[in-house]
Amino acid sequence: MPDDRELLDTGASSQLLGDRFPGMAATDEAVMAISTEHLDGGDVLAKKPLGFLFWFAVTWVAVVFLAAILANVLPLQNPNVQNYSALNQGPSTAHWLGTDDLGRDLLARLIFGSRVSLIVGFCGVAIGLAIGGTAGLISGYKGGKLDIALNAGSFIILAFPAIVAVIAIVTFWGASLLHITIILGVGTIPLMFRVIRATSLSFAQRDFVIAAKTMGATDTRVVLREILPNVVPVMVTFSLITVAGIIVIEGTLAFLGLSVSLPTPSWGNLINEGTANNALSTDPFIMMWPALSMFLLLWSINLIGDRLRQRFDIREGLL
Amino acid sequence: MGKYLIRRFLQLVVVAFVISVLTFLLVHLLPGDPTTVILGPNDTAANRAILLKQLGLNLPLWQQYLTWIGAVFHGNLGTSYLNHQSVSHILATGAPVDLELIIISQFIAFAVAVPLALVTSRRPNKALDNVATTSTFGLLALPPFVVAPILVAVFAVGLGWFPATGYTPFTQSPAQNIHEMILPSVAITAGSIAVYYRLLRSDLISTLQQDFITMARSKGLSGRRIMWRHAFRPSSFSLLAAAGINIGALIAGTFVVELLFVLPGIGYALVQAVEQRDYLVVQGIALVVAVAYVLIQFIIDFIFTIVDPRVVRE
Repeated sequence: MPDDRELLDTGASSQLLGDRFPGMAATDEAVMAISTEHLDGGDVLAKKPLGFLFWFAVTWVAVVFLAAILANVLPLQNPNVQNYSALNQGPSTAHWLGTDDLGRDLLARLIFGSRVSLIVGFCGVAIGLAIGGTAGLISGYKGGKLDIALNAGSFIILAFPAIVAVIAIVTFWGASLLHITIILGVGTIPLMFRVIRATSLSFAQRDFVIAAKTMGATDTRVVLREILPNVVPVMVTFSLITVAGIIVIEGTLAFLGLSVSLPTPSWGNLINEGTANNALSTDPFIMMWPALSMFLLLWSINLIGDRLRQRFDIREGLL
Repeated sequence: MGKYLIRRFLQLVVVAFVISVLTFLLVHLLPGDPTTVILGPNDTAANRAILLKQLGLNLPLWQQYLTWIGAVFHGNLGTSYLNHQSVSHILATGAPVDLELIIISQFIAFAVAVPLALVTSRRPNKALDNVATTSTFGLLALPPFVVAPILVAVFAVGLGWFPATGYTPFTQSPAQNIHEMILPSVAITAGSIAVYYRLLRSDLISTLQQDFITMARSKGLSGRRIMWRHAFRPSSFSLLAAAGINIGALIAGTFVVELLFVLPGIGYALVQAVEQRDYLVVQGIALVVAVAYVLIQFIIDFIFTIVDPRVVRE
């Protein structure tokens, strides 16, 4: 369950907010006005380059991914081996980022720790997208009683503050990587459902959909060939933002000591370790490395999502 | 308006009921046995059975739920199995800490985001706007568990301007209390600033293109008056909604800073209760926090009907 605030960044958020807050209906027009303003204003050109920052962000995500995948092959030390002859060292040729208070290699812990964030983030969203996205796509197109029921259901689930529910479930079910991925993934289902349902709904009555139906296309064909391609941009953008949101929740859990248990490293528990036992005054770098990596990863994912959103909004407008 | 509010209130009641059932099921259907917690793992099965009976845990689930919810309506949220503190007491001592954190952080967030958006939206895509938009975008990537340790390292350990840990109740020493609360509050503010700024900025940009703004300009009103009196109000609705939604993220943030700064708030109590499998405490805290969250959304809807009467007509 990502922070709800992440919702505000997608094109579909206006409809989403409109559902939850009737007052937001008024701003729907405003949001529409913005996207058309982009079109006429000429300040966002159709072929505006994605920019240096975008490629920097893509590179960082790629580097983190590669390192996480290749961690076993790379010449890294075992992240959990304690070396008492090398405690609290600064960066050196033997330990590029230094060692912690138990003599463990910080670079190895950092790289192995990224696996938790990546797996939880991307696999979690895949779960949410597969179930919530599919349901939203069909529900928004078909409408009817089931749609109303699902919509109300997702409203109720989203009324629950995510962190409280997640903390309760994680502790009683046990905090393994699999459990956390499932819990956070299932938690994104109502979010995905609402966003994709709203988008699907906005296309369901468009002329090209009616035309397809008039020509005798089956529902399956309409959903897959007419609606889905139009929903994909929102899906991709919102998924990226949700990935960042899930990574934040996992990090929060790990920081509270409620995620994957030690000594398995994750960025959240590395940051926590870096604050424990007075480490902030003796060696603030233990905390700085994972904090910096986490910041860069979240920033990169948000940025890629945001740039894609700008791109896609234009495409949507040209239809 | 009355009709609209009644409908919203009925929705609120339904949501609160479902929340209470979910909280109850959550805690009761998941594995883990409170008797192991209280008696230790080595006690006899007979003793366990007696204890289960004492706690009422041998009854059918629906009966347990009714007993629990009945007591809740009488203001009794239950008592910790372990230290025999009542859940109401835990909440009463913890809630002020979290409320204070949230209020200070929101105060800072609005104080930064609103003036900044009012300034930059007048000249979108100019240098100042670009700097502000880019840097607030960076703030989105700074969750409390990343910011808080950095703030402690710099402002508490490095510069020594603020204490790293400790809590003094406001009633005991307001100055001391505020001094201690500044760092944790700032730590949970980053995301709020970014969300409010970005939302208000884009709303203002579109509002400023409306006819009534051109009208106000042609009447010769000053730029400042137009921004505050004419543009800000219609642009502030989504800000209000965002503030409501944002509470969820803020609750998570307070849990993190409570742990790091050793503040005796609800999150601290919840994490402890969860680690000790203290069912009733977890259940009580989860219920109250969730209901409070829903109530806040309701209050925001209510405010909407006052600032934007169009909501009711719709």
